[in-house]
Amino acid sequence: MANKLIVTAAPHITSADSTQKIMQRVCLALVPTLIASIIIFGINALILTVVTVAACVLFEYGYCKMVGREVPIGDFSAVVTGMLLAFNLPATLPWWMAVVGAFIAIVIVKQLFGGMGYNFANPAIVARIALAVGFASRMANYPKPVNGIDALASATPLAVADQVGSAGYLTLLLGNHGGVLGETCAITILIGGLYLIATKVISPMIPVTYLATVAVLSVCFGMDPIYQLLSGGLMLGAFFMATDYVTSPTTEKGKLIFGIGLGLITMMIRHFGTMNEGVSFAILLMNLLVPYIDVLTRQDKLGIAKAKKGGAAK
Amino acid sequence: MSKFLKRSAQGAGVPHEKRTSNLETVVMPLPSKIVLSMAQHIGAPAAPAVAKGDQVYVGTVVGKAGGFVSSDIHSGVSGIVDSITTITAPNGAVQTAVVIIPDGEQKVDPAIAPPEVTDLKSFQDAVRASGLVGLGGAGFPTAVKLAPKNLDEIDTLVINGAECEPFITSDNRCLIEDTHFILSGIKAVMKHLNIAKCVIGIEGNKPQAIAKMKDAIDIPGVEVKTLPCRYPQGAEKVLIENCTGREVPFPGLPSDVGVIVMNVTSVAFVGKYLETGMPLVTKRLTVDGDIVKDPKNVEVIIGTPIQELLDFCGGLTDEPGKVLYGGPMMGNCVADLSQPILKNNNAVLAFSKKWAHIPKETNCIHCGRCTNACPLGLSAKEIVQAYHDGNVELLKELNADLCMSCGTCSFVCPAKRPLAPSIALAKIMMKNGGKK
Repeated sequence: MANKLIVTAAPHITSADSTQKIMQRVCLALVPTLIASIIIFGINALILTVVTVAACVLFEYGYCKMVGREVPIGDFSAVVTGMLLAFNLPATLPWWMAVVGAFIAIVIVKQLFGGMGYNFANPAIVARIALAVGFASRMANYPKPVNGIDALASATPLAVADQVGSAGYLTLLLGNHGGVLGETCAITILIGGLYLIATKVISPMIPVTYLATVAVLSVCFGMDPIYQLLSGGLMLGAFFMATDYVTSPTTEKGKLIFGIGLGLITMMIRHFGTMNEGVSFAILLMNLLVPYIDVLTRQDKLGIAKAKKGGAAK
Repeated sequence: MSKFLKRSAQGAGVPHEKRTSNLETVVMPLPSKIVLSMAQHIGAPAAPAVAKGDQVYVGTVVGKAGGFVSSDIHSGVSGIVDSITTITAPNGAVQTAVVIIPDGEQKVDPAIAPPEVTDLKSFQDAVRASGLVGLGGAGFPTAVKLAPKNLDEIDTLVINGAECEPFITSDNRCLIEDTHFILSGIKAVMKHLNIAKCVIGIEGNKPQAIAKMKDAIDIPGVEVKTLPCRYPQGAEKVLIENCTGREVPFPGLPSDVGVIVMNVTSVAFVGKYLETGMPLVTKRLTVDGDIVKDPKNVEVIIGTPIQELLDFCGGLTDEPGKVLYGGPMMGNCVADLSQPILKNNNAVLAFSKKWAHIPKETNCIHCGRCTNACPLGLSAKEIVQAYHDGNVELLKELNADLCMSCGTCSFVCPAKRPLAPSIALAKIMMKNGGKK
């Protein structure tokens, strides 16, 4: 027959959403925070972001070419990783250290485990932790905002949280204090996060439960809850890092447990520990539990009785 | 909130594309021939009851039901049986078919008369004789559906007017044009099966149909329920849950929760048949798609070749890429245009090669859209993974066999993975005990 018809299995249409569009929306949601970081920390913030994004994209391209894997640059996921990594670095970090971070994120955490969708933990988080351990002093060298209104220099507000009033709530909201690039300005992170929720890229479950747990526990520990919510990497972590699809649970029930777990670990580290990376470690530890959470929090299926399901499960 | 945590079942916001919804049904003139497949229903195929050269009339039985779960096939034309041949169905099955050349006179079979219905038995017999099968798409013989084992426990009739598939508007036209037949059909079913309550479920994107139906209801116990426009509202179990709040057990049937579900077109046919006695020989179809010149709702004689139906709708404006029986979510691809219209078709859609383009599949990013959209609460990504691993135990634990192939998971997948077809393969693997 001259004109053959195409025969495939149903369905014959797919939604307009694609991995690429989702990642582009995440990038867009990060832009306000990028702008804020440039205003707060100067042009260094932009340079560092460009360096990490370029390094992430190049490492992804290079590795995929090397092992003969299809190059997925078009999906923008390396760009997201690059931006998030930069947001976790202080603006004063030498650029070559940032490149090392990009290598850890893309090659070691993502590609060595199989590439897109197969990483066991959030690449940017692991890279941040590796850098924080490897280059401890440079990573903790939090710069002063360039406009110099704020008095804090080499410590984040969280590190001096017991000095009450060292940074007011407004300062924390605007991010006009020391810290890594993308963590300081709570308001732009919130705008980006709400955009992601509005466009259904993320479900509000993880950020809401995470932040709520932190707030409740800070009251229990006798800490200032608003201070705890607005400082450190909590906002960025809750909206952008903990909601990474690959390393967070699938069902809403799973996300609820994941968010509470994140809040618990974060507050344990903040209350009992000495390190600044409470959020990073919380996310990394909870990432490792995701496969278990996923299996334990499957949805109820229509028409399948609870008792029977319990019996069938191993 | 707690229900949301147990099973999100968000469904999918599929495009509506219901541009034919205001087009009144037109009757297509006689085709040059009709090809009547003997397997237009679920169950045993019918056996040809005519031979080459026989004269048949409109309404003459040409295929005799091959068992209890089966259905008679009737001619929609008067004419001469040209041949008994075989055709290949979209699923690859080779079926017997009777080809009839119309003589143009459309003489009605003298045996056609309104059935005498006095009690349940005569009602069931009449429905059996009408050749009616589930017209929503499944093609399950209606007479069997109307004879549940636990008739005493049936208390609700649910009428499916959801029509959640994109493009298709034939049920919408049925609701608007055949309102009185729907109501007389509902009354007959309620009376003879002694059912007190009836819910007519219609998706909110059909305001005219909802208003017309609400207006027409003149007996107590019948109500119209406006359903949200989330695919798949028209899936039997989803519809029952949304109309009655009951969960059909698995494995089980709607009758297990006291419900019988009928499509609007099926119940309208029951109403019409009781008045006229004319068996199921025509069907209202939506003909649409990006390359159909004049999209229409057409009343067509069952057995009409698709090519002639498309010609009636002005032909195609471009080379066809895909032609579907039914909607784009669950419809089957037609392999060639000589294929006939079947009883349970509700649309023929023709699309260009560009439209038929299948986007490239990329890695799963575990976004969970498939899981949260699944109306039944299944986890498509886990099922597909278990299928690729050949893990039948896990497939059982995940209840892969509950899947009804509605295609929602594939539709919402941003990585464009063919999840629904893979789950269909997984179900086969479960049956075969691990062999792909």
